[in-house]
Parts: sequence; structure tokens; C-alpha cells
Amino acid sequence: MIVLNVNGIKRQVDEDPDTPLLWVLRDNLGITSVKYTCGIAECGMCTVLIDGEAQRSCVVYVKDVLGSKITTIEGLPENHPVKVAWIERQVPQCGYCQPGIMLQTVDFLSRNPNPTEKQINDAMDNVICRCGTHPRIKKAIQMAAEMTARQGG
Amino acid sequence: MKSQMTRRDFLKKSSLVIAAAALPGRMGLFNVSPVLAGVDIPFKPHAFLEIAADDTITVWVGQTNLGQGTHTGIPMIIAEELDADWEKMRVKMALAAEPFKSPVWHMQATGGSSSIRHRWDLLRKVGAAARLMLVETAAEQWKIPAEKCATKDGKVIHPDGRGLTFGQLVEAARKQPVPEHPPLKNPKDYRIIGTQRERMDIPDKVMGKTVFGFDFTIPGMCVAVVARPPYYGASFQSYDKKAAMAVKGVIKVAPLGNRIAVCAETTHAAMIGRNALDIRWSKGSHPDLNDDALDALFKEHLEKPASVAKTGGDVKKALVEAARTIEQSYKLPYISHAQAEPINCTAHVEKERCRVWIPTQGQTATQLTASQLTGLPLEKVEVMTLPAGGGFGLRGEQDPVEDSVLLSKTLNRPVKVIWSRKDDFANDRFRPASQCNIKAGLDKDGRVIAWSHTVAAPSVMSRLMPDYVKDGIDPDAVSGITDIPYSFPNLLVSYVKVDSPVTVGFWRSVGYSVNAFTVESFMDELAHAAGKDPVQFRLDHMEKDGRPYNILSLLAEKSAWGTPVPEGRARGVAVTSCFESFAAHMAEVSVNEKGKITVHKMVCALDCGIAVYPDAIRAQAEAGVVMGLSTAFHEKVRFENGGVKTANYDDYPVLTMSEVPEIEVHIARNTLNPGGVGEPVFPSVAPAVANAVFKATGVRLRELPFKRELLIKG
Repeated sequence: MIVLNVNGIKRQVDEDPDTPLLWVLRDNLGITSVKYTCGIAECGMCTVLIDGEAQRSCVVYVKDVLGSKITTIEGLPENHPVKVAWIERQVPQCGYCQPGIMLQTVDFLSRNPNPTEKQINDAMDNVICRCGTHPRIKKAIQMAAEMTARQGG
Repeated sequence: MKSQMTRRDFLKKSSLVIAAAALPGRMGLFNVSPVLAGVDIPFKPHAFLEIAADDTITVWVGQTNLGQGTHTGIPMIIAEELDADWEKMRVKMALAAEPFKSPVWHMQATGGSSSIRHRWDLLRKVGAAARLMLVETAAEQWKIPAEKCATKDGKVIHPDGRGLTFGQLVEAARKQPVPEHPPLKNPKDYRIIGTQRERMDIPDKVMGKTVFGFDFTIPGMCVAVVARPPYYGASFQSYDKKAAMAVKGVIKVAPLGNRIAVCAETTHAAMIGRNALDIRWSKGSHPDLNDDALDALFKEHLEKPASVAKTGGDVKKALVEAARTIEQSYKLPYISHAQAEPINCTAHVEKERCRVWIPTQGQTATQLTASQLTGLPLEKVEVMTLPAGGGFGLRGEQDPVEDSVLLSKTLNRPVKVIWSRKDDFANDRFRPASQCNIKAGLDKDGRVIAWSHTVAAPSVMSRLMPDYVKDGIDPDAVSGITDIPYSFPNLLVSYVKVDSPVTVGFWRSVGYSVNAFTVESFMDELAHAAGKDPVQFRLDHMEKDGRPYNILSLLAEKSAWGTPVPEGRARGVAVTSCFESFAAHMAEVSVNEKGKITVHKMVCALDCGIAVYPDAIRAQAEAGVVMGLSTAFHEKVRFENGGVKTANYDDYPVLTMSEVPEIEVHIARNTLNPGGVGEPVFPSVAPAVANAVFKATGVRLRELPFKRELLIKG
């Protein structure tokens, strides 16, 4: 039996330790906000935070995250600046890619609280949004950064 | 705001419910409040509108939620005519049903940018009829003429100022017939249409609560991954059933014609099981098919006798008489939908019914497929449309419906069929590749007197809607040319159908997305050849003050066309009319020594008739630019050994954040009937960029995706 710390709750899972985290989250724990899309860490839709760092769960094995804090989009409070900004800027279209992109944003802003547009482009250049919400993602990241700064966070 | 129906969704006993039904030649509205039906049955949502005693108003939408905004735009139209309190509005996805068929197409589907433009009259009438029923009920209670009553924010208001909420009135209103000709509002009185609203589906998407088809699950369900032939016409020769069955969680390996399904308790187990099959496939019917062979095939077809799709005047004669003629060829590749959520479908076939849960764009088609495969009548097939993670035209395809229904029959339990990303690329129904020749004649004043355009392309309609193909002409393959937004005295449009095993399908903007690139690039070539300004040259060939003329003029004004361009940059334009809308784009680019194109700014001007939901329109227009640039710079499906070589996003790059320019959107203000949005904002993007690149470099890019090597200096 494997124990994973997901969104602050210890979850027991009866699964092969060599299973990608993506499938344990989806198949075993029913956390379907973590999306399957490419399976090769190209798109960023399965991104979760592992001890605060954005990682692509399709290529992370559960055996490697046994002692780690895993955060999915459900683990962010509803009033988290990134969630608020994403609604305020009306970012999602189909919405399939957004949880992964939002979690990557959380990690990015934690290291770059006051990012320039170039820093945003560089940091978010490796995610795919097929609907083309990029202009709004940029604006939402800027807004989330401003909110965080105001909150002194 | 929940946007999905659950099994617990019943009509409230005391609600006023209005549904539509097809009458000869039109859609009629009916009061289907539960009491009138005589029994309080679980709701089969064939209704458009439910007004409950607690004042909540539910709008049932029959079109797929792909994030395009219609699940908010449709409620906005009904709320407007109803004079509802917006805060009380709810939206739910309806089961596939007769009332949700397009009054134009007579089928329920989500495509062709039709969700609102096909239903503008009907949706307004639904709201207006319900409003009139509530007003008449209140007037009767107050014993005053109905004309004395007003409505506002979910209330009927007495001349003395008192009011009754809609909820307070439904008990009596539900006994009334639906008025046939309710008066519709004058657009100058609109308070909801044309205003800013938050999209109802966004909070769930941000919180991670939206259940897409890929996420859907019901008790007893298993997951199937279906191995499909990797080469056209191939079949399996051997496979290792034992190895697949040995994977923990795999419960069945089932051949389905030329494919093999691996069914398992979990998605991951099904994927591992499928890989364990170690299938040996035959070489297929076209082992020599590859990129070069396809290119040659198209070229060869361009030389073949063509069918005339449209002719006006005498092109041959005009070309002889022209002061000068110009001829060029253009080439576009097969491209993939590459939508985020891979294809999937869940089906449960039982003795008396079949239920299907699918993020489909083709509700009627899904119902028909399941009905044919199960032998159940249509009314015993329930199709629940789930939110889709992108679609762009692909999701009307029936492959996953077929497989999930067949497997559910075999396994006697609910089965969810999912495709891996590799399956998704290999089995996509691509946007057709296309090659064309265009020859035009200019008179001595530089006016176009002849335009002859021959297209060699596969036919989407022959497979999907063969009734539309007449005399060998697929109207979609030549759309944007036969209805070119310019008036040329002599026009000849010809078509040669290219037959190849590569399957093609609907892709955003369909034929327009292909032909706008060639028409608008060549129009630019002619403008430069004539020594004219590209905007003025286009305007000179348009009907003055027509909608294409006006939208191009708006673009020129908003993008400050003709004013000095920042050092090192150049501008280009393109314009299209399609799906009853009119769009134009201005691109501002620079090109460096190494041939790298940077798009600094794109300006989009759009006339889509009345702008029902402006923020959703802006979102679509921004997205049209992103996708348009993606096809201009990157997208091309590759083939080898008789199959699809492209397998994942690493060899099918799409546009990324750093490549996205500043985007400005200008929506024309008018109160004409709504046109399409999602598709019209796409086609003129790529040609606007190519035209700007020509202006910057003198190099004409006549192929998509752009070949950077053509732009390298020295």
C-alpha cells in the first residue's frame, strides 16, 4: 500500500509504485482535474505541484513522490489570486488545459512575484492551449501577481 | 452554476415549462408544464425554458459546450426577451432531442458557427412568449389590461408600482397556451444582449470541477483502448492476447473488425494492455504513401480536367484581352485538429435502452449511430453531450460511438472508449491539403477583369454530407472562391477532386480556412502588381458600402492603415466573408536576417451582425488569431509508409506564448441578424501575415506552413 499526500490529505493507494502519478491521481483517487493529453510531458495539462514545484505528472512515478506534498487545482483555495484572476479575466475557453497552466503559474509567481512580459512568455512557453487563450492567460498572470503583491503574500 | 444534467434533474412540479417542436415548415412552441402532461415524470429535457416557483430560470441548451460561450449567449437571448433577472438564470445541457435540431439543417449538431445564428428568431420567441404569458397572468389577477403592465428584472410591474415575481406567477401562467406571435423587443431596448456577462461555465472550469468526456465515469464502467491500423487499409496479422490479459486490471481483449480493443478496470491498465498486444499489422493498401507522394498526387490532379464550380462572364476571352496576366500556385498541408482532450465516448447498451455520454459535436449523428448498432428505436437512445476539451469540427465523427456501443454490447456493461494522443493524430479526420493555380488578368488601369482559380483537394462533403455534392463539385472545397467578396466581371472556379486514403473532415472554417489563404494572398500579389495600396485595391473591387467593404474600411481605420509603420516593420491585410459574418485582419511583422518572422500586432475587425455576447466574441477573435498564426507557422501532418507519421505534439508544434502578439479586436456595431463568430475570425489571419511578410521582404510565401528558409538573406 502506497501513501500519498494529496492536497494536505494522506491517501492510501493500492498501486504499482512504477505507475505515473497522473494515473494514480485520476484512476485511483478520482482527481480528474489533472488531465491526460500527450503523455510525454509536452503539453503541461497534467501539471501538479510537488512540494510547490510544477511538474508534469505523466512522467513522474508515484514511488518518487511518496514523501512529497502533492497539490492539484482543488488544493488551492477558491480565493487564491490565480483562481480569482482566471475568472476575472475570463480566461478559459474549453478549459481542459487550464488547471495545469494555473498550477504552473502558481509555481512561476512564487519565484517571480513581479514578472515582466518576457519572463511570463519564457516561463509559459512550454504549455499548450489549443483554444488560444494565451492573451488572457498573460493578463491573468499579471493580475494574480498584482493581487498577491497587494495582499503582501 | 452547474452546466450538466444529472439523473436527478426533474422538473419542479409547479414550473412553467416551454418546449419547441417541429411543425410543418417551422418550429412551434408549446407549454409542457408537468401538470398538463398529467404525470410528474422524470424530466426528459425537450424544453428550452423552465421558470420555477422559486424564481430560478433554467435554459436548456442543445449545443455542445466547447468553451465558445454559447452556453451563456443563448441564456442571454432568452433572458433579454423575458426581462429576467440575470442572477436567476441557470443553464443546462439538454439530451439530444428533436427540438434542438437546427431549423436550417434539420439535425442537432454544433458546428458551422450556427448555434446562435440558426436560432436567433426561435430563442427570442421563447423568451418573449413566456414573458407575455406571465404578463397576461398578472394582468388578469390585477384586473387591468395587459398593456398597462411592464416587466423588469424578473418581475411583472403594476402601473402603481407593485410587482409580482415570475415565480409568483408561474402557478397560474402554466395553464395558458403559448402565444404564437409574441412581440419582440426593439434592439434599442436591450439590457442584456450586447452587455458584459461572466461566462457561466468558467467558475467550474477554474475550480477543476468540470467533468469532460475523458473524465466521465459511471458505476460498473470499464475503459477500452482500441488499437487501430497504423497504415491505411491495414489489418492485424497477429497479436499477443495473453500478454495483454496478463496486465493487472485488463478484463477483455476483443477484436472489432480491423481493430482490437483492450478493456480494463482503469484507463492506465487499458493503455498498458494495448501496448502489450504487440500487434503485427499488414502493410496496408498504400505502403508507398508519404509526404512526397501526396505532394506529387495533388500536383498531378491540378493538371487533370476540372469540373466547373462557378463561371461568370468569359474568363478565357478576358485573359486574352488583359493588359497583363499573372499566374501563381499555392499549397496547403493536411492539418490536425490537435484538440486538447483526446477522443472518447461512454456507452451503456441495455435491453430496452442505450445511453451514450460523449463530448460530441454531432448529437443527431450519435443518436443514429447508436440506434443502428443496437437496433433500438431513436427514442430509446439517450445522448448526453458532455463538455468538450476542444473540438474544432472533429467531434462529429462517429468512430468512438461505434466502438463504445459495440463493446458495451459485448461486455454487457458501460464502456468508455478513449484514444491516446497517438491514436488521436493517427485517426484524425484532417483538414484537407490543397493545391491551386490562380490566373488573373488586369486591365491597363490595374483592375482585375478575370480570375480563374482551379483547386485540387480532397472532398470532405463526399464522405460526411454527400447530398451536398453535385456534378462532382464539393461546395466546401471551393468555398471562399465561388462566393469571393469581390466583383470580378469574369470569374471561373474549377475543382478537381483528389482521392487518397487520407481521411478528411470538418476543421474550423472548413473550406474558407484553406481558400482564404490563396485568394487573399493572390489579391495582394495583384495589388502590388498593379502598384496599388492593398486595402484600396480590395475596396476598389468591392460593392461600395457592402458589409465586406465596410469591415475592411473599419479595419483600415482602427489599425491606422497608411500611417507610418515602426522602423523595421511592415503591415499586411486580408478580408473574408463566411458564415454570414465578415472579418478582416491586419498583421504587423518584422523579419530578421535569419528569416525569423515576428508578429508584433494583429488587429481584427469583425462584423457578425448584432453582437449578442461581446466578450465571448472577443475571446473567439483572439483565439482565431492564435490558431491562425499556429497554422501559418507550424502545423503540418506528416505521412510515411502508408500511414500517419505525426504522433504527438513534439512533432506537431502549435503556437506558444512567446509567439502570441498583441491582439486588438474591433466589433462592428449594428443590429442585423447574428452571423457566425468562431469560424469567421480565423481564415484571414494567415494571409494577412504572409502579405505583411511580402511587404517587409519582397518574398511571397505561397505555402503553409511558411518556409523560413525562403526568407534567409544572403
